[in-house]
Amino acid sequence: MLFQVRGGVKLSYRKELSSESPIVRMPTPKRVCVPLQQHVGSPAEPVVEVGQWVGKGQLIGRAGRGISANVHASTSGTVIAIEDRMAPHPSGLTQPTVVIEADGKDRWAELAQPVTADFPLPVTPKELSERVAAAGIVGLGGAAFPSAVKLDMRYKHSIDTLVINGAECEPYITCDDRLMREAASEVIDGVRIMAYALAVQHVIIAIEANKPKAVKAMREAAKVDHSIRVVTVPTRFPMGSAQHLLLAVTGRETPADKRTAEVGAVVHNVATARAVSSAIRRGEPLISRVVTVSGFGVREPANVEVPLGTSVEDLLAFCGGLHPVPTLLIGGGPMMGATLPSVHAPVVKGTCGVLALTASEINDGPQSPCIRCGKCVTACPAGLVPVEMAQLIRRGDLQGAKAIGSQDCIACGSCSFICPSHIPLAHYFSFANGKLGDLDRDARRQDRIRSLIQARNERTAREAEIKKAASAARKAAKAAAAALATAAATADATEATSSLLEEST
Amino acid sequence: MSTLANRAGPFTHTVNSVTRTMVWVIAALVPATAYGLWLYGWPAVMLFAITLGSALASEAVMLALLGQPVRTRLFDGSALLTGWLLAMSLPPWAPWWIGVLGSLTAIVLGKHLFGGLGQNMFNPAMVARVLLLISFPVQLTMWVAPAPLGGDAAPSFSQALAYVSARTPVPDHMSAATALGTLKTELSRGVSVAQSSAQLPPPRQLAIGNESGSMGETSAGLLLAGGLLLLALGIISWHIPVALLGTLGALAALSHALDPVRFASMPIHLLSGAAVLGAFFIATDYVTSPVSRSGQLLFGAGIGALTWVIRALGGYPEGLAFAVVLMNALVPLIDRGLRPRVFGRSRRGKSLQARTQPRIHI
Repeated sequence: MLFQVRGGVKLSYRKELSSESPIVRMPTPKRVCVPLQQHVGSPAEPVVEVGQWVGKGQLIGRAGRGISANVHASTSGTVIAIEDRMAPHPSGLTQPTVVIEADGKDRWAELAQPVTADFPLPVTPKELSERVAAAGIVGLGGAAFPSAVKLDMRYKHSIDTLVINGAECEPYITCDDRLMREAASEVIDGVRIMAYALAVQHVIIAIEANKPKAVKAMREAAKVDHSIRVVTVPTRFPMGSAQHLLLAVTGRETPADKRTAEVGAVVHNVATARAVSSAIRRGEPLISRVVTVSGFGVREPANVEVPLGTSVEDLLAFCGGLHPVPTLLIGGGPMMGATLPSVHAPVVKGTCGVLALTASEINDGPQSPCIRCGKCVTACPAGLVPVEMAQLIRRGDLQGAKAIGSQDCIACGSCSFICPSHIPLAHYFSFANGKLGDLDRDARRQDRIRSLIQARNERTAREAEIKKAASAARKAAKAAAAALATAAATADATEATSSLLEEST
Repeated sequence: MSTLANRAGPFTHTVNSVTRTMVWVIAALVPATAYGLWLYGWPAVMLFAITLGSALASEAVMLALLGQPVRTRLFDGSALLTGWLLAMSLPPWAPWWIGVLGSLTAIVLGKHLFGGLGQNMFNPAMVARVLLLISFPVQLTMWVAPAPLGGDAAPSFSQALAYVSARTPVPDHMSAATALGTLKTELSRGVSVAQSSAQLPPPRQLAIGNESGSMGETSAGLLLAGGLLLLALGIISWHIPVALLGTLGALAALSHALDPVRFASMPIHLLSGAAVLGAFFIATDYVTSPVSRSGQLLFGAGIGALTWVIRALGGYPEGLAFAVVLMNALVPLIDRGLRPRVFGRSRRGKSLQARTQPRIHI
């Protein structure tokens, strides 16, 4: 039973470019550049030194404070630098990166003790989530949220459902499709481990209808556990959004600004499930991932198991290089991915795809005036009115845009995709929300300054009061003393007078 | 390696465009237009060409005056469509200057003075039609009986030229009132609607369109076919047409059931006049209709209701143009009041309450 989800768009998927290419393992490149932040949260702290030899799978960055994730060496070799290198982000900014010169031996470091026993596992749920955290596993669907944090949601919320996201709603991307077809039993094992760690009653694996072979493979593999249901969801972007997928398969709508755990469910990606299986069953940390290399610009589109930190250049070379046509390099899918600053950017945990797209695929025509067709309103899965928000933002009325929900935008890009006038609507909202974030921070800082000034004023006022009171008290004391003295003098005088009088009488 | 200009994502886009939309709408109008041109012969062909030509000419002049790219914008189809819809709403044998004045009004006053494509508040073709109807009631209510090309009644090319250039008035024996016009005039003379309805062509003929009226009023069947094509292509959604025709039909059926002597029946309301053209081609104009689905339902229902009120109770036999323009004025209000519900929020904008209560596991 499926539930209605509003909005969404039908895309041209072009998954056939790579969907029939089995996953190939890429040989370790000569050098890997492993960024210390490949996840949502704070960066990992380096725990190795330049010149040190590291084994494959050795911890090189320990999770930082708060939400963070461990980072491991993706091959054996020598750390030749720990320095700022280009991040796989359109800004082209740098980030702390551990550069490892591979020794070509791919020698494993000492790994965690594998858990090979069958279900029910002889380890506690807490221990499992600790192992997942130790293995540096993050959401491999693209969001890169530390998975152990999600497994620990059961300590804060009452969780009864685990949804496994096999929607893979982005065009071109086929890595999850291949994984479900080729490693179904590993994926199911990971799913069962996570279900055990979360102690949930229901497990739903949701796969978009355009992947019938994956559905079949998963149904077959899921026979080992009757609590697992494999469901087909309609092929409609952005079905892979955790909140929307959860609504589609359970009818539960996540409250705005909240996580799915709020309504009793946790959503994990299929590739994450497989990584969890590797971590628990073999003790292997997350040091590689399957990446779809595709687009009309790539000579041999493929699904490649890539050691993390491999440069996009090496990966493209492995796929036969690029056709000599102008292309745009994208990290991730074409809807929510971002341009790569250069071929030197590394493949990281969240990189589900590397696409070289030609102009004809992007089809970004010249912008024309908005004709208010309302297609963006129908397409918006968040229930917003992009046409009106864009108008307000263009006028500079960010607060107005915020009032009608710009911050509920999930940045899926459906509005930009569907716009017949090719207006970059989603871009307007990213801009506005960034700006609103800045304003919020500013406002918070102003508030803080104001409250500090107020506190200071109050303190000085209080001190002045105390001083005044003290001086008043002193004055009063003095006055009293003076009065006493006068009284005494008067008393003396009176006495003298009276004695005089006495004498005279 | 060469790279493309770095633009914001997403990096895939719909094949749809403004021009594609306009072209499909025009294509959907072609069958009904062709039928209308055949039905009314050369004068209609000439007026049609004059109206479209002057719409394009005024668009070109306005674009140039406003410093907009003439070459790309002129042929985006929007001005052509405005002229087309206007031509379809005029009496087919009207003099040339009605077409020219109408196009000028539509393009200059109705569109560009509001800021051009996408900025106009009112449907330009309907603004022009309403203005012409109020200013030149004689010319705008001079309907003729069908005189199909090649038939005996059809005027020759030179005769047509004489009619359109207004050198010769259209002979009296050619003129004929529209179905809705007949009902209104007869009613004012004291003849009941029930009696005059009996003299109208039967509903089947109204659907085919062999009757007097504007090109957009005659063939309800062909217009419906065009409208269904637009629905199938996803260029329009069902909300406005269904709400409009549903409301108009329901009010007509209800009033007719209550007082058949005074009120015309549902088929007359739906099949004559501009109901179908309005429902599928005019009220669905993107620019001047609400953007949300719920807003579109209200907008369509409003037009349907106002059309019935004007036809049945007002002074004009047909009221669709007025109804459209009146509802156009309400669109900003409807857009403001009927936004969709935001995901994860209540209608009032509050974050939804979590359904499960936190429970601590040990």
